[in-house]
Amino acid sequence: MSASIELPVLKHRDDAHPLYLDYSATTPVDPRVAAKMIPYLTENFGNPASRSHPYGWTAEEAVENAREEVAKLVGADPREIVWTSGATESNNLAIKGAAHFYAATKGKHIITIATEHKAVIDPVRELERQGFEATFLIPEPNGLVDIEKFKAAIRPDTVLASVMFVNNEIGVIQDIEAIGHICRANNVIFHVDAAQATGKVQINLEKLPVDLMSLSAHKTYGPKGIGALYVRRKPRVRIEAQIHGGGHERGMRSGTLATHQIAGMGEAFRIAREEMDTENERIRRLRDRLLQGLLEIEEVYVNGELEHRVPHNLNISFNYVEGESLIMAVKGIAVSSGSACTSASLEPSYVLRALGRSDELAHSSIRFSIGRFTTEADVDYTIELMKSKIGKLRELSPLWEMFQDGIDISKVQWAAH
Amino acid sequence: MAYSDKVLDHYENPRNVGSLDKNDPQVGTGMVGAPACGDVMKLMIKVNDDGIIEDAKFKTYGCGSAIASSSLVTEWLKGRTIEEAYAIKNSEIAEELALPPVKIHCSVLAEDAIKAAVADIKAKQAAKDNA
Repeated sequence: MSASIELPVLKHRDDAHPLYLDYSATTPVDPRVAAKMIPYLTENFGNPASRSHPYGWTAEEAVENAREEVAKLVGADPREIVWTSGATESNNLAIKGAAHFYAATKGKHIITIATEHKAVIDPVRELERQGFEATFLIPEPNGLVDIEKFKAAIRPDTVLASVMFVNNEIGVIQDIEAIGHICRANNVIFHVDAAQATGKVQINLEKLPVDLMSLSAHKTYGPKGIGALYVRRKPRVRIEAQIHGGGHERGMRSGTLATHQIAGMGEAFRIAREEMDTENERIRRLRDRLLQGLLEIEEVYVNGELEHRVPHNLNISFNYVEGESLIMAVKGIAVSSGSACTSASLEPSYVLRALGRSDELAHSSIRFSIGRFTTEADVDYTIELMKSKIGKLRELSPLWEMFQDGIDISKVQWAAH
Repeated sequence: MAYSDKVLDHYENPRNVGSLDKNDPQVGTGMVGAPACGDVMKLMIKVNDDGIIEDAKFKTYGCGSAIASSSLVTEWLKGRTIEEAYAIKNSEIAEELALPPVKIHCSVLAEDAIKAAVADIKAKQAAKDNA
């Protein structure tokens, strides 16, 4: 079945169909994954919790096969995988669930990183409202957490630490193993948001000292609306359920299982396990080509360091052009911007601000994220587009003119308005 | 962000981009805004001895609405007296470009740029008269 399905090439056709370079936001469902899902919507529609007839048995078998595939990609036991609606729910379940379970015995202090996804930051903020204390560590300017600073943040009452594997905006890979060993030595529950990591970095939870890990399907060519939480069995980690109901997923997450979504996540993770080595090599070559091309433009800055970074991500600030006009200029490509340009407040990316980038550079950043269906021609198109549009905007920019005249813009007295 | 056709037109084809000679006694310069706020406008006007604006040029670092606001006023300024220029209101700019409420500040900035450029040329003229 899978061999006959042709993979789509997401070509730029017109401004209504820009070239897709936003794979870190979401990925298209791989056609092989879609094909796997469809039968579980129609003929094999049973409830996996139905124990008394073949409709239920068939669905349950699909769920358990998928559980095994998800476990295999991250080196876990299938019994350590709990289905959720996605990484946001997994993060909530892990953070609130573990904090509440262990608060009475361990304490009420949590450590996380200022550059985490909002799906980690906001549950931690909610726990603060409930009486917990939190430390939001500032990473180094390259985006990585200093291990010594992490160690120093641990207190006797630290109950939980949450550190993302791969940053969604800048793609840097944290040293999860080193941080995990520190947590283990200090009896701190360690949660890792791995939504951006699956299929991009090797994960082996048999060796990695991680207690809880959030997983998502739709960043790895699976469907939206499905994810999982890894919950370690040895040594056993306990969490308090956040959703109560029929006692599904051993009481940790009630609700009828979405068989088709689960089958899709399983297939997506199987493909990731089998193809990630060759795929990542190809993507690295494309990323390097894109980087080389963009570095031919003057006054560009790569955000986050390049060595400990997934090859899929390139985050670049273009100096002396304004973020919103930049997004307007590059409508031929679908990318993310460090500037929240739809909001009235014009908030620059909090991730780039935490790395010490100025507001201006944070605003004028673009995250290019490339993936399975990106081609060399796509990369070349992007380089040419950026060169021409940055050139045009700089011709319009009084700041570029001042820079060319040798004026230090940071020393100019600007009238605030 | 949905832009009006007029904003898009000025953004795609900005009018009168560039600079005039800032040392020319007939040229007034207005630079307003700040990089950290996301907008900087530079407006230059050349005023003849009759007080009529003969030429206007702009450069803008800012969003599409800021670029369009400054491009539009360069069109409006040519042929007007500096008194007429000084009387241009931001509401006229916002209305012409159909700016949404969150972008009204762009038209305010354009009005400020005109006033700053007029003030600059008046200061130059006063300095010349006193010389």
